[in-house]
Amino acid sequence: MESGVSRPNPDALLASIQRTEAKARRGRLKVFFGMAPGVGKTYAMLEAAHKTGAAGVDLVVALVETHGRAETEALLEGLPVLPRQTVEYRGTRLGELDLEALLARRPRLALVDELAHTNAPGRRHAKRWQDVEELLAAGIDVFTTLNVQHLESRADTVRQITGVVVRETVPDSFIEAADDIQLVDLTPGQLRERLAEGRVYLGDRAAVAADNFFKESNLTALRELALRLTAERVDKQLRALREDRNISAIWRSGERLLVAVSPSPFSTRLIRWTRRMAYALDAPWIAVNIESNRPLGPAAKALLDDNLALARALNAEVIVVPGEDVAASLVRVAQLHNVSQIVVGKSRGHPLLELLRGGSLVDRLLRRSGQIDLYVVPAEPRTGRNRWRDWRLSVTSAPAEYATAFGTVAAITVLGLATKGWMGYWSVSLFYLSAVVILGLFVGQGPILLAAGLSALTWNYLFIPPIYTFRIDKLEDGLMFVFFFVMALVTGRLTGRLRAQAGTERSREQRATALYQLTRAIASARSTDEVIRDAGAQIQELFGAKVAILTPAAGGRLSLHPAATYVANDKEQGVAEWVFRNRRVAGRFTDTLPSSEGFYLPLVAGEQALGVMGLKAPADESLSVSQRDLLDTFSTQIALALDRERLRATEEAGRLAQESDKLHRTLLDSVSHELKTPLAVIAAAAEQLDGAAAAAAERPSLLRELRTAVRRLQRLVNNLLEMTRLEAGALQLRLDWTDLHDLVNAAVETTREAAAGRRIAVQVPEELPLVRLDFALIEQAVVNLIHNACVHTPPEATIAVSAGVDEGAAEVWLAVADTGPGLAVEPAGRIFDKFVRGRPDQAGGLGLGLSIVRGFVEAHAGRVEAGNQPGGGARFTIYLPFVRSGSVPSE
Amino acid sequence: MSEPAIPLLLLVDDEVQIRRLLRITLEGGGYRVAEAETGASGLTEAAALRPDLVILDLGLPDLPGPEVLRRLREWSQVPVLILSVRGGEGDKIGALDAGADDYLTKPFGGGELLARVRVMLRRQRAGEEPNAIAIGPIEIDLAARAVRKRGQLVKLTAKEYAFLRLLAVNRGKAITHRQILREIWGPKAEAQTHYLRVYMAHLRQKLEDDPNHPLYFTTESGIGYRLSDG
Repeated sequence: MESGVSRPNPDALLASIQRTEAKARRGRLKVFFGMAPGVGKTYAMLEAAHKTGAAGVDLVVALVETHGRAETEALLEGLPVLPRQTVEYRGTRLGELDLEALLARRPRLALVDELAHTNAPGRRHAKRWQDVEELLAAGIDVFTTLNVQHLESRADTVRQITGVVVRETVPDSFIEAADDIQLVDLTPGQLRERLAEGRVYLGDRAAVAADNFFKESNLTALRELALRLTAERVDKQLRALREDRNISAIWRSGERLLVAVSPSPFSTRLIRWTRRMAYALDAPWIAVNIESNRPLGPAAKALLDDNLALARALNAEVIVVPGEDVAASLVRVAQLHNVSQIVVGKSRGHPLLELLRGGSLVDRLLRRSGQIDLYVVPAEPRTGRNRWRDWRLSVTSAPAEYATAFGTVAAITVLGLATKGWMGYWSVSLFYLSAVVILGLFVGQGPILLAAGLSALTWNYLFIPPIYTFRIDKLEDGLMFVFFFVMALVTGRLTGRLRAQAGTERSREQRATALYQLTRAIASARSTDEVIRDAGAQIQELFGAKVAILTPAAGGRLSLHPAATYVANDKEQGVAEWVFRNRRVAGRFTDTLPSSEGFYLPLVAGEQALGVMGLKAPADESLSVSQRDLLDTFSTQIALALDRERLRATEEAGRLAQESDKLHRTLLDSVSHELKTPLAVIAAAAEQLDGAAAAAAERPSLLRELRTAVRRLQRLVNNLLEMTRLEAGALQLRLDWTDLHDLVNAAVETTREAAAGRRIAVQVPEELPLVRLDFALIEQAVVNLIHNACVHTPPEATIAVSAGVDEGAAEVWLAVADTGPGLAVEPAGRIFDKFVRGRPDQAGGLGLGLSIVRGFVEAHAGRVEAGNQPGGGARFTIYLPFVRSGSVPSE
Repeated sequence: MSEPAIPLLLLVDDEVQIRRLLRITLEGGGYRVAEAETGASGLTEAAALRPDLVILDLGLPDLPGPEVLRRLREWSQVPVLILSVRGGEGDKIGALDAGADDYLTKPFGGGELLARVRVMLRRQRAGEEPNAIAIGPIEIDLAARAVRKRGQLVKLTAKEYAFLRLLAVNRGKAITHRQILREIWGPKAEAQTHYLRVYMAHLRQKLEDDPNHPLYFTTESGIGYRLSDG
């Protein structure tokens, strides 16, 4: 030790804090753990529930199997029981856990018996422990029961002890995450007594099998297993406690394990063995598959994927590395990851073959491993069938390839027969050889074998004397025949392998390129849409699958991104929404809702799900581990892009808020200025008039000022009120048949005073049809336009107000033109925006008048245009839809 | 004949300042003024004082203006002048239809108020329907159903005459579209405002000097028409 001072390791402390935080949100899991059925787990659980219930905790019995035992059933009294959901499966009615109802009911604590149960097909999750996981994620505490044989890593051991194959298993990591494990213990003798009394439910199992299982020796072994597991856990908890309190410095083991995984059924045992060891050592572990260039058959591929998935489920880091020399690659990976121990299986290869390869895998590893410990786990006897299948797979090729091989040999034979006369039959063998080598570039191993064999036989039969027999007389002919056959075989296989290697390289290259392109697309700060489109196209190309990206829309539902290449139906949408809520994969290829057509991954950035990616692969496809990895990478990248977009939107919202704040301040400033000025004038003028000194001569001009100020105030208040009405959407049109003459006259009359000597010319044709509009609003609009013209023109200007009906375009128009300096605002349309003033340099006005005009006109489904006239001066034109009035009854 | 008493006007408005200003203006015009602050007290005062004219604000805190008017009209035919704000066309029309005689939009000048009051009181005093009405150059002989402009006989159709007569007997008073349509074309034609536009155009054509800038037949924006001396 370096010093006596014990200082908490910041990483360990952080991990401890994160553990506490993650747990604060989740429900707490308590497992009643036993060695075998019949020890009284359910009973213990119900007793505990009664105690908790007495403390006032809201609890629900979600599912408890009493198996008709009276004492257990008696304990159910007084506890609220959730009705089971009845499911029809193959004519049997099964009572399953009603997960939806339970989630909706949201109790504080739920009792769920038999954690290892496999759900009826068609339920949301394949296994009950997944239901429990969802409950915990929803913040509901759970009490549950479990037997040791159902623990994933102990399944093999139990099978070896009892000979019973356990199919219903729960991953160890799930149990490890449990907050509390209570061992329900009974001595084997006591249990056997209970069995004899018929107090143990044995299910449908035959009594003989049960008898076998409950042998005293078995029970002792199972009990030891259960006790040891509980002890290990206590030990671990103690260590965690020490980390929390930092009682003393902990020497971490520093161990790291590596297990070699191959497409062999034996690998599962290796994986479970390693995981047990890693748990005992409290060490991280890695599962490594060395991907060779020899292509795997579909069965082997599936097996490998299962093995790797198991390792992943047991919390291993899974690494797939390409390499031809398994031993060298394993050691390289081990060194790269600071592995202290390598776990391999004892191989059962043929001794002679292994000698050719430079020794068995174990020998070769031993030679290279150096400081790294090597564990060799014995394999179980291997069935012969696999070997045969392996070989058969390697010769499986398309019939067309066999036909090509056959055709080539036939062609060479014809060529040989034609040229044999002047070349000699030995040269013909070279033709055959070249043909086989060349064929190797195009066809698989089976066809090559066929071509090599066929060539050898044909050459022998047709060319080697005596011809038309398979006899060979001369020794050199015989040697030539043997060499030919060997060479044809070797070169054929060699080229075939080279080709396979090239194929593997190509697909690896393809994956790398796809990833590179996606990363680049995301890095180049383009829109999320483009990223999603790109990713979709890449995935489609790589997996031959259709892709849908769903992102949350208003109302909490997920909506399909337009780049999707398939549309999720209601059921699929439901799956996607489950994935989004739970941030876990679901759908095809998984244990959750496996009957759905698509495979769904959450797009998670940080703690938040930002969307869901769906994949619809062709029906016969499966998803390999490397493909899953690639998909994970893709989904992470897309999630990052979505996250970036979200951050940008947040930033944008902040900026907008700031801008609207600025706008508010501007508005307040100008409104208060506009209000204060006339008020100041009124106050001063009133004061002046009041004063006795006010000479009679001053009175008219004072009164004029007063009137002007009042009019200005009136206009301002009116404008603000109109604007408020418009903004509030409280504008209700009172459409009425109107004579345009009336309207124009009324508007001109109203503005007479404001015109202050400017000539207002009215040009409205005598004969005009009636138009239907809100008289008051349009009059106000025209008034505002005239007033606007007055403000922006010199006193000697002329303002022309005109109106007309264009029956062809079904439009009514009203125009106000002036002879002033024209518009300065660019573009002209902006002048109708709120608080935009034609001449900001000029005092007075809020810039509301014109936007009110636009608001009123648009309420009529019309439009207003602004522009400069060719001869100078501005022109505003209002266009409104025109409808002809009904006829007037004649007298 | 005895000298007519000084007319008593009842002011119903909740704003003290408006009441004070109106009192100054009206007393300056030679009238007596009584005040009420709410619709309910306005009705009580009207019953107690029997004023010659009521000036009623439509924006009272306790009762909607048209409701005050309806209750008043249950027992009294006293002329009512309505005060309202701009934009409240609906209320104005409602009040006019409910029996108000005229309206003024705030803000208004004192001169305008006095003019309206004068016209209304004169009509009130005229009592019986006269035989003939003269408005500017237009003379209407109600008995003979003849219309002359500067002595020249003007030919009007039956509906044109009915329209003119309605405006003339209510001279100086705003008549709503609805009132006109109901009176001349019947209740079913209440929405056919385009009839009015057409007939008003005819009347102006025949009786105004410049039909495009009418002097006598004025349009009350969004409300109705008024015939006055210009």
